[in-house]
Amino acid sequence: MATTPNATTPAELGWSPQALLRRMRGADEIAHLITFIAAATLLLITVLLVFQLWVHSAEARAKFGWTFFVTRTWDPVAGDFGALPFIYGTLVTSAVALVIAVPLGVGAAIFLAELAPPKLSSSLTFVSDLLAAVPSVIYGLLGVFLLVPLMRKTVQPALKSTLGFLPLFKGPTYGIGFLTAGIVLAIMVVPFVLSVSREVLLAVPRDQREAALALGATKWESTWKVVVPAARIGIFGSVFLALARALGETMAVTMVVGNNPMISASLFSPGYSIAAVLANEFSEATGNLYLSALIELGLVLFLLTFVLNGLARLLILVTTARGSGVLPS
Amino acid sequence: MDSAFPLMANSGAAAASSSAKIAAHTPAMTTPGASTLRMKVTKLNFYYGKNHALHNVSMDVATNRVTAMIGPSGCGKSTLLRTLNRMHETLRHTRLEGEITLDGVNILTLDVTRLRRMVGMVFQKPNPFPKSIYENVAYGLRINGHKGRLDDAVEKSLRRAALWDEVKDKLHKSAYALSGGQQQRLCIARALAVDPEVLLLDEPCSALDPVNTAKIEELLFELKPSCTLVIVTHNMQQAARVSDSTAFMLNGELIEFSPTGTMFTTPSDPRTEAYITGRFG
Amino acid sequence: MSVRLIWRKSLNAFMLSLTGLCALLTVSALFFILGYLVWNGGKDLSWNFFTHLPAPVGEPGGGMANAILGTLKLLLLAALVGVPIGLLGGVYLAEFGGRTMPFLVRYTADLLNGVPSIVIGIFAYALVVIPMHHFSTLAGGFALGIMVIPTVLRNTESFLRDVPPALREGSFALGANKWKMIATVVLPAASRGILTGVLLALARVAGETAPLLFTAFGNRYWSPGWNQPTSSLPVVIYTYATGPYEDWHQQAWAAGLVLLGLVLLTNITVRAFLSRGSSYERI
Repeated sequence: MATTPNATTPAELGWSPQALLRRMRGADEIAHLITFIAAATLLLITVLLVFQLWVHSAEARAKFGWTFFVTRTWDPVAGDFGALPFIYGTLVTSAVALVIAVPLGVGAAIFLAELAPPKLSSSLTFVSDLLAAVPSVIYGLLGVFLLVPLMRKTVQPALKSTLGFLPLFKGPTYGIGFLTAGIVLAIMVVPFVLSVSREVLLAVPRDQREAALALGATKWESTWKVVVPAARIGIFGSVFLALARALGETMAVTMVVGNNPMISASLFSPGYSIAAVLANEFSEATGNLYLSALIELGLVLFLLTFVLNGLARLLILVTTARGSGVLPS
Repeated sequence: MDSAFPLMANSGAAAASSSAKIAAHTPAMTTPGASTLRMKVTKLNFYYGKNHALHNVSMDVATNRVTAMIGPSGCGKSTLLRTLNRMHETLRHTRLEGEITLDGVNILTLDVTRLRRMVGMVFQKPNPFPKSIYENVAYGLRINGHKGRLDDAVEKSLRRAALWDEVKDKLHKSAYALSGGQQQRLCIARALAVDPEVLLLDEPCSALDPVNTAKIEELLFELKPSCTLVIVTHNMQQAARVSDSTAFMLNGELIEFSPTGTMFTTPSDPRTEAYITGRFG
Repeated sequence: MSVRLIWRKSLNAFMLSLTGLCALLTVSALFFILGYLVWNGGKDLSWNFFTHLPAPVGEPGGGMANAILGTLKLLLLAALVGVPIGLLGGVYLAEFGGRTMPFLVRYTADLLNGVPSIVIGIFAYALVVIPMHHFSTLAGGFALGIMVIPTVLRNTESFLRDVPPALREGSFALGANKWKMIATVVLPAASRGILTGVLLALARVAGETAPLLFTAFGNRYWSPGWNQPTSSLPVVIYTYATGPYEDWHQQAWAAGLVLLGLVLLTNITVRAFLSRGSSYERI
């Protein structure tokens, strides 16, 4: 009687040198090893990325510690660096972007997933995918020459005269600033909100819609009260994904945000963002401390987007994997 | 016929003695002139993880004969077929105990790629590669290192699979342009190209219409002088038409293995009788 | 009809039209962007644009031949860095992986895909520019290559998984061993999809500006070889658009049109190509 162990996994064979040598026999094992190395390279790159950011930001971290995040001076000449204005600007522009992009994207996704005939839905999704492929520098270009004058001459004065009592819409209208950057970002992230939301909406089982309709609900009621709640976790996922894109977006923001490290309650005020200061100052940074402070900003940006992306993937995975997005609460 | 039911109550005793019965049947089954054995399965046990899929199966495959395996779905006939060229090894967590020999050699001691060249396989659904008809047939030769044109070998294989006349003018067209029946014959030609001693067919007609089924069955007769054939089928009439000997399997056990004529006229096991008369399955 | 029913019906109609409006607004952005670029940049496109170096400020004419060539060189490097790793890694995930490792690689790939491109620029700066002590095409190509890996890897994996198991069995049954099966059946069957993924990934990084700012940097002239700073279309658009000169702005529009045209054309061609059915159904 012969017994054959077959299709054994590496774990079963162990990693001892003998086991490795035994496995190296034969072309299949070599192919396995080569492709394994390629896959491991991806992990290595990611680890190396974190390591580089960590090591090269050591000087700034040692000098400023946690105060880096709460001080607002950015003075390369004096060697005094505080990240607050950049963090503030990044968060404010992203918040503006989400306020505009989420209703727009989710609304469009509802239309594409629930209402539009399949042909129309697929061609509009195609256009939305193309929109996601437009390079950010192009958005910046239109932002600088089209949106900024429009904001300065029309939109901002109008906002000021109607909502000027709010601190958000006070102050001189430059055209550039938080609001403009937020609007450009919104246009850029809508396709992401749209495509992910559409996917999670489509993952809601048919029978749930039909049950609601059979009870006499209108199309809108079945969508809003049954389908959207069922998909809400995935929709949150799409929002996190969009937020991560917005936080890290560089060129379009750099071109319209004003590049002035100010903290102002007014959305009309020029500001700065982490990505924008990196784009503007990195190649001109003189001195190790300056560069180190910039790299620490990069580290902050990396960690922010890493966490948000991780969270977003998890939420989307949970929704689509369950078929229905309903989680036990 | 009603007597089958009381007899089935004794099936435990029947099963216990079944392997002895088969051993007793073996000489009777082999028809004169075909006394040589190509493959021999001895006390085979097979597991998918914890699931014991084959119980103590012993069976002979006679040279240049058609051996059929029948039984209800899930009875292990396809599993048994796949162990004959170790295709089960493409799945994880399988375990095999017992012995299978090809021309007297334990197949577990053979290099698996060599074994599969000697024991070819045709699957339930036609699975031509997304290549031209020519390259499909040449595939087995190419992966064994043949370079350049293999016109003669391709033509010979296509002729053996009775497909040559239909495809000779479009050899370099996609295999996917062929009909289902043609695709299945192409898969047979592909398997024949490496000149296997044994050809395993796993319900080769289940995806085909009656006309194409008839063509494949005719083809099996033509192949018999040059190749040993083992066919799994869910269709008892097909087994009766094409095979020389038939194995009936149930719940992972080989219930009965006899010459096809005997099996379908005077089955020795009540369960076989119940199955071929349509009582279950 | 009761008042309540009328209210419900009107709300239904209103909200449904509103979602339609959202969709219309979103997709019209693309046509607007494209139209606006053609309007502004179309008239400045000439043969010279593709064949000449930039003219000094104030002089008319001049082109962006160096930026176009620079972008192509950067893309070539990106493909050389990203495609082999992504492709082989994808093969690992689809064909060899056990349980833990593929999960880890997949998750990391998705996260790396979401890392802001400017951070990738810092990475390439630390890894290539600092040791070499100067900006170079190599550094830029490396940065873009890193960005190509996750996309190609995930795409390759999913297209390999789409190849029917029956084809693998067919190959095994003819005596192929695993790597021969992969090389002769699975990869060719998935080749169309894989190529699509590669082209889309390259189209995406072709428009990337941020990771090039302090790796490839920029150059007013030709960049011989791979060791010098090089101009590229996205960086030139950024520099010219934010610069003070009117003729720079015009050139930026023209370059924007070329870049957008390149990216959209690749996307449309490739996506249309893909939607013609999976590759294993045809040759």
